[in-house]
Amino acid sequence: MKYLCLIYDDEQQWQKFPKEVQDKYMGEYMAFTESIKKNGQYVGSNQLQPSHTATIVRARNGKVSTTDGPFVETKEQLGGYYLIEAKDLNDAIQVASRIPSARSGSIEVRPVVDRSQA
Amino acid sequence: MQDDIAAHVHDRVDAIYRSDSRRVLATLIRLLGDFDLAEEALHDAFATAVEKWAEDGIPANPRSWLISTGRFKAIDRLRKTAKFESADTSALDRLEAESEMPEYDDGVEDDRLRLIFTCCHPALSPDAQIALTLREVCGLTTEEVAHAFLTPPPTLAQRIVRAKSKIRDARIPYEIPSRAHLPERLDSVLHVIYLVFNEGYLASSGESLTRADLSEEAVRLGRLLVELLPEPEAMGLLALMLLHEARRVSRTTPSGEMILLEDQDRSLWDRAQIEEAVELVERALASHRFGPYTLQAAIAAVHAEASTAGATDWPQIVGLYDVLLRADPSPVIELNRAAAIAMRDGPQAGLSLMDAILVRGDLTGYHLAHAARGDLLRRLGRGDEAIDAYTRALELATQKSERSFIARRLDQLRFTSPR
Repeated sequence: MKYLCLIYDDEQQWQKFPKEVQDKYMGEYMAFTESIKKNGQYVGSNQLQPSHTATIVRARNGKVSTTDGPFVETKEQLGGYYLIEAKDLNDAIQVASRIPSARSGSIEVRPVVDRSQA
Repeated sequence: MQDDIAAHVHDRVDAIYRSDSRRVLATLIRLLGDFDLAEEALHDAFATAVEKWAEDGIPANPRSWLISTGRFKAIDRLRKTAKFESADTSALDRLEAESEMPEYDDGVEDDRLRLIFTCCHPALSPDAQIALTLREVCGLTTEEVAHAFLTPPPTLAQRIVRAKSKIRDARIPYEIPSRAHLPERLDSVLHVIYLVFNEGYLASSGESLTRADLSEEAVRLGRLLVELLPEPEAMGLLALMLLHEARRVSRTTPSGEMILLEDQDRSLWDRAQIEEAVELVERALASHRFGPYTLQAAIAAVHAEASTAGATDWPQIVGLYDVLLRADPSPVIELNRAAAIAMRDGPQAGLSLMDAILVRGDLTGYHLAHAARGDLLRRLGRGDEAIDAYTRALELATQKSERSFIARRLDQLRFTSPR
């Protein structure tokens, strides 16, 4: 079953880190990604650009409106995601807990609707 | 004659329902992979038992029969629905094959553990964990659970529906956690049991000081857990609950007024429960893998073993609080330790510690912190300050018996130190 792991962390904190710290973090991310690719749990992932680059789009009554994002101002911002394959929630939780940002931020683990049995 | 047989069978089925329905449900959930399906199957199985056993006699292994029948009825029901909706039956075939029952009555105890750990999964909210555990593991009705937690039944029912949906949709697996994850998962279970116990032991608001049924349910759950999984902290929690229960009768006057530990009639304490609890504490401590529940139980055991309040081994209690505080550095434990230090070293020593907690900003809204301070101030002869502290405690207390106790203290103080 697929789960989406949404990574929430404090952008401002991240921006304050010296380059060596940021590089070390990215190294950990790469190692993590490699490990779940190896065991077949990796489906997809992306780092997102910072929340100030977000745009909110709505289409109401045929009219499109756009506003400066993100959707909601929070202390921790959506910074990226992993789409993983896991046999159940416990398995997904184990994977999510190893995402480097789990240590400082929060990972939302959401099951993906499974339409394959249709 | 037929009526006699039917009545006899009915009695037996009722008795088996009371003793075994939870176990049967736990196994059906594993076999069928769904709570609601399993509950329907359970209901069908027992309904069928009432008919069939009157004709064919009571089977040699009723539980096995019920599980087998429940499973068969569920799959049969699903097949009929599948045919009607012309759905893909391969999933159904798989279910039928995978739920084949082995001949032996194995894994039934494990199924009850699976059920407990699933109901107490941390991915469910604590409220949902409690509701689900009481409903599925203890077999309380939705109304009984709602009433126990002073929640409207429809709200409680919705909470349970959402919890089951989450288990299904997020795929929370029906399994006993592996050794590596057992400690944290066990914590979840113990927390639920203790919340249920506390809800029964000291109603957080409202009329009576104890809601006995809930506490009994918690103790029953605690016993089941120790039976299935004799882990030190499970033993510690059971011991703690038994030690509280042992003193139940002596905690209140016939009119429901609160009696402090130092004033309780120790001859009313249940010695059998105390003995059982002490044995559990000793086993838990011997394992060296104990935690906060065991330590709290050990402290309660020291109290329980003192023949009079004056004979209480306060130095031992302080020592246990020292260890407990390291394991669980919470302000409430700090407060209780300060009270113990007051008993060992005199009121001033305890008061200094309590003042430090409040000055830090901790427990300023906790009525017992102010009541404890008030008590020490009273013993130091600082009547005016004691009145202030107890007054603050009264402002914050919500439980009726506690409020009336604090009010009585205030009256006594005002009488002896009029301003």
